[in-house]
Amino acid sequence: MPDTTIANHELNLASQSVEAKNTNAAEISKQLRANRHKRESRQALLKHLFLGFFAILMLYPLLWMMAASVKPENEIFGNLSIWPSAFHWDNYAHGWNRMQVSFTTFYANSFLVTILSVIGNLISCSFAAYAFARLTFDLKKFWFALMMMTLMIPYHVVLIPQYVLFLELGWVDTYLPLVVPRFLAADAFFIFLMVQFFRQLPRELDEAAMIDGCSPYKIYWAIIMPLSLPAMATAGIFSFIWVWEDFLAPLIYLNDMNNYTVPLALRLFVDQDSQSAFGQMFAMSVLSLVPVILVFVIFQKLIIKGIGMSGLK
Amino acid sequence: MSGLSLNGVCKSYGPVNVIKNLDLEVISGEFLVLVGPSGCGKSTLLRMIAGLEEITDGTISIGDRIVNDLPASQRNLSMVFQSYALYPHMSVRKNLAFGLTNLKMSKDEIKRRVDEASEILQIGNLMDRKPRQLSGGQKQRVAIGRAIVREPELFLFDEPLSNLDAELRVQMRVELAGLYNRLGTTMIYVTHDQVEAMTMATRIVVLREGKVEQVGTPYELYNRPQNLFVAGFIGSPKINMLETKCQSGNGASQIEIEDFGSAEIARLGSDSTAITVCVRPENFEINGSGVLSAKGKIVLIEYLGSELYLHLELSSGKRLMIKAPSKAEHLVGDEMSITIDIDNCHYFDEAGLRIEPAKMTEAA
Ligand SMILES: Nc1ncnc2c1ncn2[C@@H]1O[C@H](COP(=O)(O)OP(=O)(O)O)[C@@H](O)[C@H]1O
Ligand SMILES: [Mg+2]
Repeated sequence: MPDTTIANHELNLASQSVEAKNTNAAEISKQLRANRHKRESRQALLKHLFLGFFAILMLYPLLWMMAASVKPENEIFGNLSIWPSAFHWDNYAHGWNRMQVSFTTFYANSFLVTILSVIGNLISCSFAAYAFARLTFDLKKFWFALMMMTLMIPYHVVLIPQYVLFLELGWVDTYLPLVVPRFLAADAFFIFLMVQFFRQLPRELDEAAMIDGCSPYKIYWAIIMPLSLPAMATAGIFSFIWVWEDFLAPLIYLNDMNNYTVPLALRLFVDQDSQSAFGQMFAMSVLSLVPVILVFVIFQKLIIKGIGMSGLK
Repeated sequence: MSGLSLNGVCKSYGPVNVIKNLDLEVISGEFLVLVGPSGCGKSTLLRMIAGLEEITDGTISIGDRIVNDLPASQRNLSMVFQSYALYPHMSVRKNLAFGLTNLKMSKDEIKRRVDEASEILQIGNLMDRKPRQLSGGQKQRVAIGRAIVREPELFLFDEPLSNLDAELRVQMRVELAGLYNRLGTTMIYVTHDQVEAMTMATRIVVLREGKVEQVGTPYELYNRPQNLFVAGFIGSPKINMLETKCQSGNGASQIEIEDFGSAEIARLGSDSTAITVCVRPENFEINGSGVLSAKGKIVLIEYLGSELYLHLELSSGKRLMIKAPSKAEHLVGDEMSITIDIDNCHYFDEAGLRIEPAKMTEAA
């Protein structure tokens, strides 16, 4: 009997000390958590201040332009404040119809050129890339190197010979010089981008498709293409942005105002010497950004979807 | 159904000869396994048969028809790849049907074949999934299903089980064997795993550096390896190789093996003086006392449940692998003596080719 009581007593002591240990541990961990929380929120604050500063620095010109597009004419350059004293929304309506050709036409032109160019780039560059990545042909390495070299030549170097060529062809003042080269895989950058992407697709997929009776064309169309949506979306976005905002090539090849693209039309505001209309110009500039942003948002989803789809291994 | 024959087939990548003047007859309806160490050209050979790789020289015929220039899709064969190579953007059903659609087969026929394959492989509940939603074993089944639906004359497998874990591999091995029994189609199966080769094959081809070392049934390869390479490659754990001095006289050969001493055996069919005697781990008598006995110390014991493998170090420092019954009580550090079972030895000459003792040659 006495033995058991002693044993029980010891047991109680033991469980008490375990409890004490537990509460102690809980307190320590609470303390640690609080410390970490404090440390983290301090770091987060610093990080956000830093990022916010640079974000404002980067966004300032854009914000300035958006503000200027609704400011009264005399306030644009005279007043440092970004916030307009009054909102002149009619800058948009007047700007749209200020030229003898309306912006509706300019937008239609821009969309025509841009969409054709994007389609041309995607089709022709992916064809060329497929050939470089998968097919065997003579002097493949040589042609690839040659293609990469075109990346290193500045556009301004080939400008004059190219102009002469298109002049001889009678293509000046048409959209052909802007669009046709894109159907001929003239953009080495996109070819390179896609070659890199195609190369990581397992070759065994091609081979399985070959046994399944696919021609090289069918392999491209049924296997490579659907698996390359991310690369296609990337190429599509860049190609859209670059063509949409291209100023130099349209300036050189388009003469008739009816054929002008949006960036060319924007310049007309500056040319009109008599009466300044900067508010309207900025209004149109803001509008010209909308398609670029829309395209980016839409195609970006494809990039993400493409990444989510990769279960290749 | 028709057999396949390779005559003088060569393959080189630039200056490197990967397959060297290879002749091989594949009998219609057999399960032929190509086995060999990594890089010996197994995949290359299989891909040449499939039509995915150009042949540098020689001919490949299926039946009586030379198929050197026939595109892969017209050779009436299916291939299962090591990485499965399922089309990631298609559902399982589409993966199975893709090849048949390309053949412009009728919808009903495609459905019949796809349903049959899904029934055989029990993948009916996976049909609408994408490959990324499948486990390794399920992908494997789908890949096999894609091969079955074509109802080909010839199946090609390139290490199809090497990406699976050990348990699944054993299970799929059994299933593949079952599939072979059910379909009876000719199969050519590449593996570097000699256990897979031994268990599944009706015949095995051992390749080394693009050359055929031996062709035979698993039994022949294990019991009568034609050269040292095959002796060493087939069998796990590996065969023990003992360098041996040999003096062949009239009607008898005197062999002398380091640590084991010497013995007189039936005359070997060669006058080589330096030969190799190979003994499999199970062909030693433990604590025996016949001629050719040696003493050694146990340095490592591998317990496999049904048996034990003892790593024995002889006095010369040479190590042997000995199989012992699992109940035997051995401890690391124990001294023990072993005796070679002379009737179950393999002899190889200096060039590594098999030599037979006279009595066995007579018997054969
Ligand atoms: N496209 C290739 N170009 C050059 N060498 C190759 C090519 N494909 C395979 N080889 C070489 O051929 C040899 C055999 O390769 P492979 O058939 O894949 O071996 P394995 O028996 O492991 O399947 C290897 O040495 C490999 O390096
Ligand atoms: Mg291989």
